[in-house]
Amino acid sequence: MGNIVVETKELTKQFGSFTAVDHISMQIEEGSVYGFLGPNGSGKSTTIRMLCGLLAPSSGVGLVLGKNLASEGRAIKQNVGYMSQKFSLYPDMTVMENLNLYSGLYGLKGKQKKERIDQMLALADLEGREDELTKVLSGGWRQRLALGCAILHNPKILFLDEPTSGVDPKARRLFWDIIYDLSAGGTTIMVTTHFMDEAEHCDKVAFIYFGALIADDAPPKLKTSIPGRLYEIETKNGMEMLARIQSGEIGPVLDAYFHGERLRVLVSNERGDITGEPLFAESKITQIIPAMEDVFSYFVKNESGKEMKGGRISGSGQSTIKLENLDGGKKTTGQTATKE
Amino acid sequence: MIILPIVQLLIFGFAINIDIKHIPLAVFDQSRTQESREMIRGFVSSNYFDIKTYANSMQEVNHAIASDHVKVGLIFPTDYAKKIRGGQQTEIQVIIDATDNLSAVSAMSAAQTLGLLKSQEVLTGRVRRLGISIPPSAVDMRIRSWYNTDYITSWYIVPGVMGLLLTTTLTTMMAMAIVRESEQGTLEQLLVTPMHAWELLFSKIVPYIVIGYLQVWGSIFIGVQIFDMPFLGSRLLFYSLTLYYVIACLSFGIMISTMSENQMQALQLSIFILMPSVMLSGFVFPMEAMPKGFRYLGYCFPVTYYIKLSRQIILKGGDISYVWKDVAALCGYIAIMFTSSLAMFKKRFVP
Repeated sequence: MGNIVVETKELTKQFGSFTAVDHISMQIEEGSVYGFLGPNGSGKSTTIRMLCGLLAPSSGVGLVLGKNLASEGRAIKQNVGYMSQKFSLYPDMTVMENLNLYSGLYGLKGKQKKERIDQMLALADLEGREDELTKVLSGGWRQRLALGCAILHNPKILFLDEPTSGVDPKARRLFWDIIYDLSAGGTTIMVTTHFMDEAEHCDKVAFIYFGALIADDAPPKLKTSIPGRLYEIETKNGMEMLARIQSGEIGPVLDAYFHGERLRVLVSNERGDITGEPLFAESKITQIIPAMEDVFSYFVKNESGKEMKGGRISGSGQSTIKLENLDGGKKTTGQTATKE
Repeated sequence: MIILPIVQLLIFGFAINIDIKHIPLAVFDQSRTQESREMIRGFVSSNYFDIKTYANSMQEVNHAIASDHVKVGLIFPTDYAKKIRGGQQTEIQVIIDATDNLSAVSAMSAAQTLGLLKSQEVLTGRVRRLGISIPPSAVDMRIRSWYNTDYITSWYIVPGVMGLLLTTTLTTMMAMAIVRESEQGTLEQLLVTPMHAWELLFSKIVPYIVIGYLQVWGSIFIGVQIFDMPFLGSRLLFYSLTLYYVIACLSFGIMISTMSENQMQALQLSIFILMPSVMLSGFVFPMEAMPKGFRYLGYCFPVTYYIKLSRQIILKGGDISYVWKDVAALCGYIAIMFTSSLAMFKKRFVP
């Protein structure tokens, strides 16, 4: 375990009676890429804004580079970079003017400033386009320029809030290449996203649901943490098959849902192999390794299950699920109908 | 930001005139004598009245007033001349359409003065014919109009409009600028840097101070060059005191930005507050004429003091001893407004 550069203990934010961030405790190692995965409105942006010093926590402690963000905010800011969802660039200023502005704000001067700006232009692939107004740049370029502006001062930690929203897949891949390079160079990166596939890229992923952490581990471990087997079924009568499964035709299942055109069914380990079921005789059924989306769905269902049984959906003091407590088969028998 | 206010200044300066002359008049002269014609001539040559129609009956007079063709009706009785020559008191009826009470007041005082002058003339003429020499009037009112001898409205208006323009543009633009940055996300990006909150606000304010000064300079230039407005006082004093006012407007803009969710709200809120401040500032409507409560309300706005001190310095050449009260009021306003808007800004945008 390397240096812990970002740490939160029971970090909470309330807006009136609404709890946006519910007692989150987590740790980020130096040089790692840490993903914050969750649906819109789950508290990801709020958490990251607290860590950047843009929002004061209601309670709990946040430590960035060992400094308390409530009391030593300014000292932290010199070493932290932030890129918001809106790619905060001044639309009426040119590329060069934006770069000049942000370098000035961080105190870069002279040769160092020129070097860094040239590097950022290369990074964003905007060489030769310095005098274009940022409002005419399309998604991918604005994204990379915003990233460039955020790292001009070589921050040790980078907070990225949904950096790939509204950007095409190719630009997204390019962006992640840049992130990997930065990480390899020792920069710690925290990314929030609602794209499940991006979570695969991270060293460690935390699931956020209604403000609380419902999982926090490396992706491979998360995938094997599901106590069950996942099958994928290719069939022509998907809807009918799903209805029959939900009515209990193949017995108890943990979950059944569509993934694109294919049906996915999760059964507990005790249940065993379901490939032989007569229902699937005409279809192609294979066991697969869960993707992050499947893992997330599973954890979310369990949270809902906790609520169903009278437990709260929020953290209630417990920041991560103890996986041994999950009782797959019995608990979810009555729940094969998908509950959102 | 500079051209539009200047255009407005020109429009206001040329269009607004509160000394009302050439009021349309209907004459119903039942006397038709030299004496009545003399009186009518007196009305016309005063420039306060323009004869639009000669009526032949009361109905015609009433109709002319009711249909807005004229605002005043002048009616002479049939025995007007006879009574004057006979040493008796005679009457002239003046009917005024008071719907437009500004014109009405002007008409009324002009008519009364003309009547009085005529009376004097007649009386002294009679006395002299008796062989007694007496001065033309018992009390000679010597009226001197200082500072604005020709009652040129535009001179009065220019400082008023200037104060108004500054308030409207600076407050509104400042409020919208901050809210726009908040909407764009760039405010957040600035707050993430190791900059202090006051440094941020200061950098936002400075460009608008420059624009404020350009507007003031432009207004004075137009006033002096196009409206021949005199500038009697110290320019240095005026421009330094302008700074207080500009800062007062900008602080108010900052406060509005902390209370707005988006640019549209910022704009609406600014306008909502600026409208009454304009009306109550003494810009056109004199504060002395306002009921007490509203006058006090007018005193809560910085524009009121700025207009007062501008008029004092520009049109009357007053020095600091005449305007120190207004300056003190502005300082008080800034002290309260700036500190509270800074606090609200921190609360809203900075954790």
